[in-house]
Amino acid sequence: MSPRRIAVIECPEEIPCNPCETVCPQGAIQVGNPITSRPRLDTRHCIGCGACVAACPGLAIFLVSSDNNGPDEVTFPYEFLPRPEPGESVTAVNRDGESLGPAWVKACWQPQGADGTYLVTITLPVGLATKARGIRRPSHDR
Amino acid sequence: MSALTIARSGAQVVLIDENDQPGGQLCKQIHKFFGSKDHRAGVRGYRIATELLEDCAAAGVEILTDTVVFSIQDCTLGLAHRDDCFYLKAQAIILATGASENPLAFPGSTLPGVMGAGAAQTFVNLHRVLPGRRVLMVGGGNVGLIVSYQLLQAGAQVVGVVEALPRLSGYQVHAAKIKRAGVPIWTGHTVLEANGDQEVQEVTVAAVDDHFQPLPGSERTLAVDTICLAVGLTPLAELAWQAGCRFFYQSALGGQVPLHSVNMESTVPHIYVAGDMAGVEEASTALEEGTIAGLAAATAMGCSVPQAELEAAQERLASLRRGPFGDLRQRAKSELIKRWTDCHPGE
Repeated sequence: MSPRRIAVIECPEEIPCNPCETVCPQGAIQVGNPITSRPRLDTRHCIGCGACVAACPGLAIFLVSSDNNGPDEVTFPYEFLPRPEPGESVTAVNRDGESLGPAWVKACWQPQGADGTYLVTITLPVGLATKARGIRRPSHDR
Repeated sequence: MSALTIARSGAQVVLIDENDQPGGQLCKQIHKFFGSKDHRAGVRGYRIATELLEDCAAAGVEILTDTVVFSIQDCTLGLAHRDDCFYLKAQAIILATGASENPLAFPGSTLPGVMGAGAAQTFVNLHRVLPGRRVLMVGGGNVGLIVSYQLLQAGAQVVGVVEALPRLSGYQVHAAKIKRAGVPIWTGHTVLEANGDQEVQEVTVAAVDDHFQPLPGSERTLAVDTICLAVGLTPLAELAWQAGCRFFYQSALGGQVPLHSVNMESTVPHIYVAGDMAGVEEASTALEEGTIAGLAAATAMGCSVPQAELEAAQERLASLRRGPFGDLRQRAKSELIKRWTDCHPGE
């Protein structure tokens, strides 16, 4: 059984914004009124579709899946060129851009209506799903 | 936004812009906007500009580009277009002239390569030219953070962001984007000097104490070819001064700003203000103020405007000023409106 993929919202401040709530096909995210309330995710209803990841103007939502039977998986928004290719070996980074070691690109796709924001899914060693939030960009290594 | 609103209310509108394309800052905002669906959240700014221009054309707005307003007297504007000079009399005027970037003086700040963050953004997003390869960003507000991200997208390297305050004033989500991309953010730091032969080649930054004085021994020199300044904006309100509008100083809104009513009318009859020139805020608040000014001006000119539309726009605007980031601006705006009301007893 593949591990369950679920959204993780890293939106720590009260800013007037709610596209995550509007875009969720499951109604699993609630911002409500006032619009500055922080989003709350009902994890029971999240299907890990990634609509919110692509819609969030703050690029602050990720998809995470981990269990003990296989590698961890993290999906994050990506708006740089060149885009990573599936199968490519990359360097995963944490929230501070520091290396977490090698990871592999599982998928790179653009949900409908994402207007240029791609979603990249990487697989990486067990235990890193809570830390990995991106990859080192090729130009960064130059 | 104002022009479109008025045209849709049935009045004749002329939109004047000194640039070759109207739309202001929206034209170079390639990021998705915050807000709600009503504020076009999730839409990239330049798409909003394109939509507005198309809507303006469809609504019959007459657009004069490359045209500078050099004078305003009562309701008559002096206009210059290339070698031509002419005058235009209006029933109502809406001033939405935006803001200009604040400078920062330090040794070497006049070297080529030192520029406003907005200038760098114009380079990469409008002209598609990199202003430099290695950039230091000065200022950790949303402008500094967003432009840093966009410079990365354009292929530049951002060697760091310095912010003199002990914490960033911009959104943490904007900071998180560039941190993940490997950009260091140094709060409690300032730029000391820039050096270079013909242009910027290096910059020295240092930590500062509680009184913003550099701490000896904390200096760090970085190789850069570009230094971007994102140290605030000042309302571009010269026309409102010329028109005789009353002003009030509000640091939370960027400096001297014209007093205005809840409907964006200035203290001079028939002259309305909107957007950053009426107090520096966000693009989304500027759009709502534009709508309100447009609806109010249309009403004053005798067009039939549903009151509910005006109230809905005011409610949308208020929702953008809630929360810890909007609170200060909300209070500053309330003060402007209160002072306007004091000048207009009985209204």
